Amino acid sequence: MLKGKAFKFGDDISTDHIIPGKYAYLRSNLPELAKHVMEDADPLFASRVKPGDFIVGGNNFGLGSSREHAPLVIKMAGVKAILAKSVARIFFRNAINLGLPILICNTDDIANGDQLEIELEAGIIRNKTNGKVLTFGKIPDVMLKILDEGGLLPYIEKHGDIKL
Amino acid sequence: MGKTISELILSAKSGSDVRAGDIVVAQVDLAFVQDTTGPLTVRQFRAAKFKKPAETLKAALFLDHAAPSQSREMSNDHILLREFAAQTGAFLSEVGDGVCHQIVAESFAKPGDLIVGTDSHTVTAGGLGAFACGMGSSDVAIALGLGRTWFRVPETFLIELKGKFSKGVNAKDLILYLIGKIGADGATYKALEFGGSGVANVTMPQRLTVSNMAVEAGAKVGIFPADEVTMRFLTEQGRADHYMPVQADDDAVYEKTITIKLGELEPMVAKPHTVDNVVPVKEVAGTKVQQVSIGTCTNGRLEDLKIAAKILKGQYRNLKTRLIIAPASRDILMAATEAGYIETFLEAGGVILPPGCGSCLGLHQGVLGDGESCFSTANRNFKGRMGSPEAFVYLGSPATAAATAIKGEITDPREFL
Repeated sequence: MLKGKAFKFGDDISTDHIIPGKYAYLRSNLPELAKHVMEDADPLFASRVKPGDFIVGGNNFGLGSSREHAPLVIKMAGVKAILAKSVARIFFRNAINLGLPILICNTDDIANGDQLEIELEAGIIRNKTNGKVLTFGKIPDVMLKILDEGGLLPYIEKHGDIKL
Repeated sequence: MGKTISELILSAKSGSDVRAGDIVVAQVDLAFVQDTTGPLTVRQFRAAKFKKPAETLKAALFLDHAAPSQSREMSNDHILLREFAAQTGAFLSEVGDGVCHQIVAESFAKPGDLIVGTDSHTVTAGGLGAFACGMGSSDVAIALGLGRTWFRVPETFLIELKGKFSKGVNAKDLILYLIGKIGADGATYKALEFGGSGVANVTMPQRLTVSNMAVEAGAKVGIFPADEVTMRFLTEQGRADHYMPVQADDDAVYEKTITIKLGELEPMVAKPHTVDNVVPVKEVAGTKVQQVSIGTCTNGRLEDLKIAAKILKGQYRNLKTRLIIAPASRDILMAATEAGYIETFLEAGGVILPPGCGSCLGLHQGVLGDGESCFSTANRNFKGRMGSPEAFVYLGSPATAAATAIKGEITDPREFL
């Protein structure tokens, strides 16, 4: 079970909010790059997030660039899952490829700072702050297989190919 | 029951009869990276213990986002990519050659191809009738190594075009109108397929502009049929043998159809900070801007520069507005020089950037400061996109950009036509 605090954001959090293009020169220096995670959405996020916490968005989370560095710096911050009403296509694939779960649910029932407990297997999110229980949409099978191996590289290492 | 263009291409490339919703493993024809996402791709490729890209595909690396490099760090990333190209035989596009999407359109993409690239605007090649979509570094690393990857076959929205553009209205206005109508997530996971009798009136540069921005509606691909327009373009590029007609079946099944009468469109503008925040130019006319940026993979082609030059000929930019032009490729810069457009821009007080991504992603060459506004022909206006998170980016056509540069405020280009 995953336990942590919710960092709530609005709709349309783009890859430029998550890790702006102006820091492209830091992409081969990940520890430096990671210091700027979510900077243009919440400049204090990087200093406040703790391992185990969650990012909670609204509609169309992760729209924009194909930069895998976006989910990568979120993962490096210790975030264990992203919860959103919907997620942009490339970001979704990138996050799963890094072993970072994205859970599609009605995030209106989660406020900033709420304490959450998530049972990935059971598909349940318990909001310990307001007592609400949420369910999340099924992750497509092929992505679940990749997620179960911890990401695309470990998946390929184990299976040697993409096996549907 | 017939197939959409996406279903036809993914059926051919997977060797099976596929429909929307199916998950398939398909053979990739071209896999490419650019200089801000390529280094991670190379690292993932090596971590997965691949030695060379699969022989069944074309592999290409593009140095375009920091071109020439603005920092020691990016220069080191360029070294990594150059070394990878030398070791593996992958094609390398050097600094100054142009933006990856333009070079792919000029030299590589073929109708019916399956293309993946580590850049969201990989969708641009859909203008040539290729199924082209952006992916992250790990996905493309695996596609490079295996020569194939997995796809979910998308449902398709048919965008039925009718008639032709009226004066002062162009492809950018069409795609902005569409994104404004369906929203920035209106086509998430879907294919946008352009069809209808009006398609024949849309030139290849215009198609590339439209396909380029399909991703701004969340779409996986923005795809045009391959027809006589495509054949002419490929012939001009010396690639007539790459032509193959690509058309959806007459009885293809679409999730929805949206009909747009090109003649009824007017110049459109996307306001800060989302691409679907679209209004007719008249609603924002008079908004002061400190910078006008013309070019990039969205609108940096010869036809775009011609439109801008025609308006700027004999004019001078507003003294409080910078004018920055980034041609999409070296071939375009050379042709624009020969046609006199570059001279026109310089005489109008403009700055010519080397072919590349320029300031579009806020890395260099025209980064915005706090409180500044820019009118750009690029494809994104997210908060912080062009540098300062306190800046404002408006998106529109080359015609609107040129008129705006002259007046220093957002201006309907039809005033100058």
